[in-house]
Amino acid sequence: MTAADRSSEIFADKLLVLDRIGAEQMLVEARAQDAPLKAVERLVVPALEEIGRRWEQGSAALAQVYMSSRICEELVDQLLPPSSPERILRPKIGIALLDDYHALGKTIVCAALRASGYELCDYGRLTAPELAKRICRDEVKIVLISTLMLRSALQIKQVKILLVAAGSATKIIVGGAPFRFDPELWKEVGADASGNNAAEAVRAVARCVEELAQ
Amino acid sequence: MSNAEMTSMERVLTTLSHREPDRVPFFLLLTMHGAKELGLSIREYFSQAKYVIEGQCRLRAKYHHDCFYPLLYGAAEAEAFGGEIVWYEDGPPNSGAPVLKKPEDILALQVPVVDKTPCLRRMLDVISGLKERAGDTVPIIGVVISPFSLPVMQMGFAAYIELLYEQPELFARLMAVNQAFCVAWANAQFRAGATTVCYFDPLASPDMISPEIYRRTGLETARHCLSCFNGPACIHLGSGRCLAMVEELAKVGAVAAGVSALDDLAAVKAACKGKITVAGNLNGIEMRRWTPTQAEAKVKEAIAAAAAGGGFILTDNHGEIPWQISDETLLAISEAVQQWGRYS
Repeated sequence: MTAADRSSEIFADKLLVLDRIGAEQMLVEARAQDAPLKAVERLVVPALEEIGRRWEQGSAALAQVYMSSRICEELVDQLLPPSSPERILRPKIGIALLDDYHALGKTIVCAALRASGYELCDYGRLTAPELAKRICRDEVKIVLISTLMLRSALQIKQVKILLVAAGSATKIIVGGAPFRFDPELWKEVGADASGNNAAEAVRAVARCVEELAQ
Repeated sequence: MSNAEMTSMERVLTTLSHREPDRVPFFLLLTMHGAKELGLSIREYFSQAKYVIEGQCRLRAKYHHDCFYPLLYGAAEAEAFGGEIVWYEDGPPNSGAPVLKKPEDILALQVPVVDKTPCLRRMLDVISGLKERAGDTVPIIGVVISPFSLPVMQMGFAAYIELLYEQPELFARLMAVNQAFCVAWANAQFRAGATTVCYFDPLASPDMISPEIYRRTGLETARHCLSCFNGPACIHLGSGRCLAMVEELAKVGAVAAGVSALDDLAAVKAACKGKITVAGNLNGIEMRRWTPTQAEAKVKEAIAAAAAGGGFILTDNHGEIPWQISDETLLAISEAVQQWGRYS
């Protein structure tokens, strides 16, 4: 294990016990050695990945994942304010909750992306036609869609059909319980990727950003 | 005894006593499918108890499963507290915007009166109607949402997590209100004829809340509520994994526990053997794409993992089979249980 790996594990441990002061101290020390975005990539991103791994393994709970991502978002906002040119502002990224009221997954992913240096547009809760319209209007290149109910997950097919009809090649990343319980469902609804946790969603966004840059 | 055809009630009671009945009991936890049987929209179907009673009877005649499931929709409890219900043509009614807009609203929260709340009275009418038809031959599974998990619908999950960590006094007040409601609601279902009440507590899963926090909050709530119920309770963690918590849940007095499709069913059975019956764990989401052959294989797999010695009920992992599951798949599950679930 490298010193960087060890640091991010310690950072993850502090987040999981809600030691905001300890986590802030570590980020301040990392910032003293690196540029803000580099410090975030070295400490925060791998810590959120570690927390996602622990959740998958059953050694961290969703409530801890949520509180951790919220702390990270606040700390990173101090380092990289939303308007900071050092944030990853392009390509344009959107996030939405499709047709139900259970927003926790979206909130966690949104916080994890912002804590990883991305800036994104949070559309809140929308229907499939409303979301497709916003994506086209705002020229969003990557959209993350969170669902809890199976029927909402199946609505993503409609988003895809509407985007294709409008000539949009926006990449769709999906997440939420239906996709955890049916690993084939993301392909069926026409998504480009699926994230079982916030860290996977961040990795999926990074892959899409790379593909779009080619 | 094991060679004779048992009634559903005998079959279930035998397995709950950790002995082998004539065959593996199975619960198809169908709520909305009765609307298809009656040619009604989901909203129309849930509007009158007589429709749900007829729907449940038709479903059981078709699939030969071992229970009646009078649940209308889980969000009814949020509705009882004044919450909004959002209706869909192809899915369960969902809770809308939270009724508690800010934590301080908890101070004014009142315990709903069961007999004066239409959506709850309707479910009680369903239970009593099913009891009239089935007598003591078919278990009737009542449902309550745990006081610890209900706030996800009452105030939203994120706000509730923050309350749990940061505002212990308001959390305690919310639990007191919800516990009083939960006990009254469960006991009203027992009075109406429910054989058992399933205590849905998704937040009991270590996937959702860390076990150390759950032990000093939700587990104590479960212990209190179950001790006040006038009948036996099952406990269900929605689709959350239960293995790490199941032995402690057995100690609060539940007779059966729901198991997630993400759990290792054989490992859960081993942990529960002789203590608490395991119920699970067919994957209700993936089920949508199963062919009849796949359905048969999944049933055989679950039976092989957990049926030996009794203490097992085959069912889905979530506590409600999605609207999108076809009759063909449900029939294939039923036929597979009849064929492969015999104990002798």
